Amino acid sequence: MHELSVCQGLMKQVQQVAAENNASSVESIRVQVGGLSGVEPSLLAHAFEIARAGTIASEAELEIEEAPIVVKCQECGASSAVSANRLVCEYCGEWRVTVTSGEELYLMSVEIERKGDV
Amino acid sequence: MCDTCGCSITPANAHLVHEHGKLEHTAEGKASIEVLTGLLHENDHQAGHNREHFDRHGVLAVNLMSSPGSGKTALLEATIEALGSEVSIAVVEGDLETENDADRIRAHGVPAVQITTGQACHLDAHMVHDALHELDLDGIDILFIENVGNLVCPASFDLGHHMNVVLLSVTEGDDKPAKYPVMFRAADLMLLTKSDLLDVLDDFDPEKAGRHLRELANPADILALSARRPDSLEGWFTWLRQSLAARRSGETMQPSVQPDGVALHSQG
Repeated sequence: MHELSVCQGLMKQVQQVAAENNASSVESIRVQVGGLSGVEPSLLAHAFEIARAGTIASEAELEIEEAPIVVKCQECGASSAVSANRLVCEYCGEWRVTVTSGEELYLMSVEIERKGDV
Repeated sequence: MCDTCGCSITPANAHLVHEHGKLEHTAEGKASIEVLTGLLHENDHQAGHNREHFDRHGVLAVNLMSSPGSGKTALLEATIEALGSEVSIAVVEGDLETENDADRIRAHGVPAVQITTGQACHLDAHMVHDALHELDLDGIDILFIENVGNLVCPASFDLGHHMNVVLLSVTEGDDKPAKYPVMFRAADLMLLTKSDLLDVLDDFDPEKAGRHLRELANPADILALSARRPDSLEGWFTWLRQSLAARRSGETMQPSVQPDGVALHSQG
């Protein structure tokens, strides 16, 4: 259950963004989580409920976009959408592939209400 | 993250920030602030500092990960016994509770710092940084960081180390790499430990474990060894010597998993 640690790091960044942009509140937080990131989206959502308490984002929604796992074959050049434990080219079976999507663990954007706007 | 410009645009999220993407618009009275940084930014920042600290001292930092009981501490004890006169070793131990592992290491005359994480299931860069305050790295060649026994969480946290070594004992299952892909994909070296038991275990196939590792697109070397059989450890010692020489001959090193996205991003 390391998602809480990840979420606490996320909240620090969100609070920093809010402070830098003169926010009165944070409305929503958008993150991208890949299937190879080691973070489970449902556990992250659960941890967020705990981590947001008492912060400027206490009412914020967490939007999680899950990034698919995609590999590009170093032999035949084809791209395949694959599962986390089978990172092989689905066209030629080669295991020498490059992961082109799936490692994402990003804070994409923060939607805020600016002070004075309300 | 892109090393060129520091952004985090990958093929999977590029559509969001390009023209008419969701992140381009700003609603009335509200502002959508584009951030695009890693969720583990703070940890990664500290890890970078740790790595600089290791590099300044010419230390090779090796992160040992595995499930509990696969023989990480026993391997370190055997390694210290065999290489202690050749290379200078120090150890950071991670466990939820007790000083037991650090005591075992110290009994071999090697400095060891125990991190007790309490309820935390992994080490992070800040914990390792704090432990380094208690460790004099002058004259140290190799620092082993023995992570908390866990095949899930430790894989997500950069500690500032140079290499990941993942242990799989033959008393577990040869399909562990398929069951815990994030962990085994991160391995720069996979060690099949307790190999002296292979004679009496008919359900662990080293070749199958290797195939599962390759199916994670991981080209890492695989070595079978037993801490109880000194003659089986030569390949491991050679890997350590080569890694130390590689670390000292050039620029800093990072565990090999990660850079794929960077390469793709630079292609545009």
